[in-house]
Amino acid sequence: MNDNGYLNTSGRVMANGKGPSVSVQGMALSYGSIKVLHELDLDIADGEFLVLLGPSGCGKSTLLNCIAGLLEPSQGKVFIKGKNVTWEEPKDRGIGMVFQSYALYPQMTVERNLSFGLRVAGLPSAEIKQRVARAAEVLQLEPLLQRKPTALSGGQRQRVAIGRALVRDVDVFLFDEPLSNLDAKLRAELRVEIKRLHQRLGNTMIYVTHDQIEALTLADRIAVMKSGVIQQLDEPLTIYNRPRNRYVAGFIGSPSMNFVKARISAGSPAPNLQLSSISIPLTDYVPVQPLVAGTDVEFGVRPEHLRLGTGPDEGSSEPVDAVVDLVEPMGSDSLVWLKVDGQVLSARVESSQRFAPDQPVKVRFRVGLASLFDAASGDRL
Amino acid sequence: MAIAETLLGNGSAREPSGPKPKSSLSPRNIMLYGTLIVVAVYYLLPLYVMVVTSLKGMPEIRLGNVFSPPVEITFEPWVKAWATACTGLNCDGLSHGFWNSVRITIPSVIVSIMIASVSGYSLANWRFRGAEIFFTILIVGSFVPYQVMIYPIVIVLREIGLYGSLWGLVIVHTIFGMPILTLLFRNYFVSLPVELFKAARVDGAGFWRIYFQIMMPMSLPIFVVAMILQVTGIWNDFLFGVIYTKPDTYPMTVQLNNIVNSVQGVKEYNVNMAATIITGLVPLAVYFLSGRYFVRGIAAGAVKG
Repeated sequence: MNDNGYLNTSGRVMANGKGPSVSVQGMALSYGSIKVLHELDLDIADGEFLVLLGPSGCGKSTLLNCIAGLLEPSQGKVFIKGKNVTWEEPKDRGIGMVFQSYALYPQMTVERNLSFGLRVAGLPSAEIKQRVARAAEVLQLEPLLQRKPTALSGGQRQRVAIGRALVRDVDVFLFDEPLSNLDAKLRAELRVEIKRLHQRLGNTMIYVTHDQIEALTLADRIAVMKSGVIQQLDEPLTIYNRPRNRYVAGFIGSPSMNFVKARISAGSPAPNLQLSSISIPLTDYVPVQPLVAGTDVEFGVRPEHLRLGTGPDEGSSEPVDAVVDLVEPMGSDSLVWLKVDGQVLSARVESSQRFAPDQPVKVRFRVGLASLFDAASGDRL
Repeated sequence: MAIAETLLGNGSAREPSGPKPKSSLSPRNIMLYGTLIVVAVYYLLPLYVMVVTSLKGMPEIRLGNVFSPPVEITFEPWVKAWATACTGLNCDGLSHGFWNSVRITIPSVIVSIMIASVSGYSLANWRFRGAEIFFTILIVGSFVPYQVMIYPIVIVLREIGLYGSLWGLVIVHTIFGMPILTLLFRNYFVSLPVELFKAARVDGAGFWRIYFQIMMPMSLPIFVVAMILQVTGIWNDFLFGVIYTKPDTYPMTVQLNNIVNSVQGVKEYNVNMAATIITGLVPLAVYFLSGRYFVRGIAAGAVKG
């Protein structure tokens, strides 16, 4: 027994000194010859909000279903609260789950939907009443309790679905793309509501999405997945600013990162980034490993880290020549597409700055905030 | 002036505005309603002849005016068909066969739908080991012609001592309804969102609770379709009825055949017509009462395979 009062057989210790709330160890899943998950390890701390992010078909929902016990992994173990639940039924795992399509029982009222799990568990009716009332209060569902799901809007339905997980008084909440069926405005509202719910309850939450905005706004940590492998598991800002590979860099960020094909050349005090006719000193860049001259690289720089104009700017490289190709005004700012040395890049500028196509401009790069990837392996340098 | 122009329908003066005027005599409508009327007449005419004939006395029928309405309406043929028409030695009309048919149809329908819906549900949602093979066998089963199995089933029923009894026929009907019904239910359950099933599992419901409390209440249309298919199929069945039962357990269809085909004395067309209508009333009533669900359920069950 450890200080949490439960037997921690998963054998892992998180940064806060406690055992993880959910621990996935060596999990793999394949359908015949198709491998959906590759020997995956994941530890989620108590009270953490973890987002599994990736394009469709990357295995994120499959992983969630394996944690929930709705799918059987081909190998590997799942621990929840230190208990090995790999062979347990979903109901015995201490989880609540919210689905993309709400999955409300259509023939039951909201109240019956909320209480279904409790009635199955055979709880006394007074207790059921009290828990339903509490969930209804938290999610502001009181006026809707006697309605059928068909008489609810999408946002209300999803709140009921969250409530159904809430009444079960579980340790871990699992969300499977809960906002994907809602329109943009409702999605933003409910996103805030979920974040507030997490702050209020402090439960462990695992949240699957393909929407990077949801991931960045909600998560304590994000796991970016691709083809059944976790590419990077880090805090949102680390993922955004220091992506571990070319894939993560390209997936996160909207408008997406610019990639420039280049080569490292020797220089002093720091090596240079050599485009066909331009050379940019990498003085401010903090490499993961020493940069070797002659390596083919991709220089990744986010649109907001390009500066247009010649004015002095702290942390930017010397200006290079560029020509405006196209301007996309987006309200708060504009995206200016530039031709730099034969390659196309986008820069984010304040919408007050006006540019016209074919206009020659000077552009500077904030090299310290950029990323360098090995052209062959795609890994961060 | 403007009103007058509108009323006169002066085409050149009227500017197109609002809904486009539709002519009820458009070629499309003529074609559509023409076809519908022709088809309706084609199917209803025999029924009309049957009803008219069944209400006539034999002297009137002998005049040979098949389509003319009865001069003297008599219900005697109906009474005779129901209560006293002779088949061979016993003369108690269709009534005996009617109750036999009821006693065959009700248990067959209930048992076959119960088994098929549960197996369809487990095929759709609980992918048990060997489910694929089981499903393939079922599909193949629905293509095997009935005639192939008649004699083997005679032997099986004889061996278990049910040959000639109503329950033997109930078992036969239940088994032969299985492939198509299971397929129907499976396809319907597959079309329901799988997340509902997952949510119920997370909520702790097991196999039977999910079936009874989640799946069944959502599946009324497909249950109605299955009921209609089975009631009409079993009620109208003649082949199994004549093979697997004995004269005192004959279903209605077999008795009807015996009445119509008995060759002693005069052919009583009015009694034959009345007997046929009485026999057809049950499936007709089922269609009329639940036709709406039938169409809806067929559509729902057929879309996804």
